[in-house]
Amino acid sequence: MSDAALYGLCSAVLVGVGLYGTIVQPQPLQKILAFNIVGSGTFLLFGVIARRGAAADMGGDPVPQAMVITGLVVAFSATALAVALLLRLHDEAGRADDAPTPPATDDETSGC
Amino acid sequence: MSVGPALDAGLALLASALAVWVVLARQAFGAVVGFVAFGLVLSLAWLRLGAVDVALTEAAIGSGVTGAVLLAAVTRLHCARPVVAAARCGRRTRAISIASAGLVSAGLAALVLSPTDPAPTLAPQAAAALPELGVGNAITGILLAYRSVDTLLEKIVLLLALAGIWSLARDGAWGDRPAPPGSGRRDGTLTLLGQVLPPLGIVAGIYIVWVGADAPGGAFQGGAILAAMWILALMARLADPPVVGRIGVRLAVGIGPIVFLAIGFAGFALPGGFLSYPAGFAKPLIIVIEVALTFSIAVVLGLLVLGPSARGTQR
Repeated sequence: MSDAALYGLCSAVLVGVGLYGTIVQPQPLQKILAFNIVGSGTFLLFGVIARRGAAADMGGDPVPQAMVITGLVVAFSATALAVALLLRLHDEAGRADDAPTPPATDDETSGC
Repeated sequence: MSVGPALDAGLALLASALAVWVVLARQAFGAVVGFVAFGLVLSLAWLRLGAVDVALTEAAIGSGVTGAVLLAAVTRLHCARPVVAAARCGRRTRAISIASAGLVSAGLAALVLSPTDPAPTLAPQAAAALPELGVGNAITGILLAYRSVDTLLEKIVLLLALAGIWSLARDGAWGDRPAPPGSGRRDGTLTLLGQVLPPLGIVAGIYIVWVGADAPGGAFQGGAILAAMWILALMARLADPPVVGRIGVRLAVGIGPIVFLAIGFAGFALPGGFLSYPAGFAKPLIIVIEVALTFSIAVVLGLLVLGPSARGTQR
């Protein structure tokens, strides 16, 4: 199997795993991480497409690579904003699980 | 080259396993550490894919600066807290999620494995116009010449995120200093690192920007290193976070996009189009833009890591 196909399969796995985590993960911070994994998988897929387009003495098509660099920066900006929102929410509610009504079974979380 | 395929397989497996770990980890701290490691493994994968510029960016941003933001957040969210049992999904939701996520993965895998011949590429076109620009690194050429609108808007997105984070400050702390990063304890090792590393890191950061014209590197990767050095000095309490309401800070944040826009609009008057460079001046103009952008990127990244203004956190 060529390296491009291998990393292509890896990117497909990353997108799937990230999607699953985004849906199922109850912790908001880990939800953000899972969504970032979807993003990483997408970027990697784009990198595989770039690798296939190798021509003119370049290791890969530079246009998708440049777009991935832009994408990484935008993903970081969004992550930083999401984390800041989460922290503010945590300050407001006293806890980060964004439940408007604190459930009674909270004894696990209060000790830390 | 016999190690190559084994290395590729190992990296792909490790990245997938780390992703599963991040998603399933019971504790947020472990997940964040796994995510930072995941970013580093991915940057190695990018190296193997021949995309050195992307690997540098992934290591600096995807793993480094994002890791700093996440670690600071997870410390504030009370590190070792277990998952709240009440908020977890039911068995059926999980089954449906696994099925649909698996379907997406299978679709993508089928796309990857289906052959495209010839594969679409813009590499010859990108290479053909490089001598005119006087830039050796095709990616820098694309980021700052062919598709410079993307790069300009990316900087605007950074500014928007910063505005969003600043606007989360409490009323009393508006425009004040953000809380300094780190634990707040004075630590001999950290102080030593904060004194020794920044001179080296600043040189390395400027070098990466400078060689970005002809070799892998560029404004963003260099700016991230400069930002890391600033954060390190702040963590060691060798400097105070800036008062974000001050005009100098606002100017430092905006100077990169302002220079970029000014040169962009000058393109209307001289060569006749937004963001087009006059013949023969492309290289110097690209360097002017890169220097201004690097400075702004370093300041913005640092401020994004610091977060919103806080009161009563500084002496």
